[in-house]
Amino acid sequence: MDGVIQLQRQLVDYTTSLYKEGFLDDQFKQLQQLQDESNPDFVIEVVYLFFEDSERLLNELSKTLNQQNVDFKKVDAHVHQLKGSSSSIGAQRVQNVCIAFRNYCEEQNSEGCLKCLQLIKHEYSLVKNKLETMFKLEKQVLVAGGSIPMH
Amino acid sequence: MASSSSSSSSRGQDLDERPHVLAVDDSLVDRKLIERLLISSACKVTTAENGQRALEFLGLGDGQHTNNSVSKVNLIITDYCMPGMTGYELLKKVKESSNLREIPVVIVSSENVPTRIKKCLEEGAQEFMLKPLKQSDVKKLRCHMMKLSHPCNGRLCIGR
Repeated sequence: MDGVIQLQRQLVDYTTSLYKEGFLDDQFKQLQQLQDESNPDFVIEVVYLFFEDSERLLNELSKTLNQQNVDFKKVDAHVHQLKGSSSSIGAQRVQNVCIAFRNYCEEQNSEGCLKCLQLIKHEYSLVKNKLETMFKLEKQVLVAGGSIPMH
Repeated sequence: MASSSSSSSSRGQDLDERPHVLAVDDSLVDRKLIERLLISSACKVTTAENGQRALEFLGLGDGQHTNNSVSKVNLIITDYCMPGMTGYELLKKVKESSNLREIPVVIVSSENVPTRIKKCLEEGAQEFMLKPLKQSDVKKLRCHMMKLSHPCNGRLCIGR
């Protein structure tokens, strides 16, 4: 079944690159370890919760930062939440921007905050894209009759 | 609402023997993660999205007088940073209650703040853990779980 083996190799290579490039960290492996036959969609479910949560938070951040008088406490609270959820799923690059973002909040630096918001949006859309691609590859492997290689 | 879930796979164990954990966190992602971590560690889980709901589940909500849920919870694990009632405030309320004070409470936080940790431990928290939680963290938790009416069969503290 050369086709399956090739697809599996593609998946492994792709996933490895995500770790290498810092998009994902070890916490993502934790999620994968929690997935089994009785919970075959656990990773996808958590990741999609992360997507929904993040999009909500990014909208809130845009709104809050575009006020006349920025409520930095509110901004910080949102970033804290985003930092938490990105850390919980292993979205390392998003988490790292959150850390910088919180520093700007503490300094009440709106320009810095706005820059971070742009950066977070960028990193978020990158990791979203990468994860969706990875899920597609996984599905291809399964459809071809193969199983997902465990790390 | 507090929601309960149970593992779909039974290993021939009497389901009532499983320790019951109340997990409190305002983050949906983290609630899902802790739930899965606990279930995969053979626990029964009830999640609550804030301290108020947690207290209601424990029978300590405003206007409640019954405590029929009390004997069923072996451990409370709560996030520290939550809007409204913090995990610390929830810890205090539990420890102030004559019905609930024996229940071990574990605080989790994404931030490693020594004064925060000290404060929680002084208030009676069993342990303070850093997020994100991993399987190895949850295994540690089993040693903290309070024995219920069923005598501990000695398996709880043995690592798997």
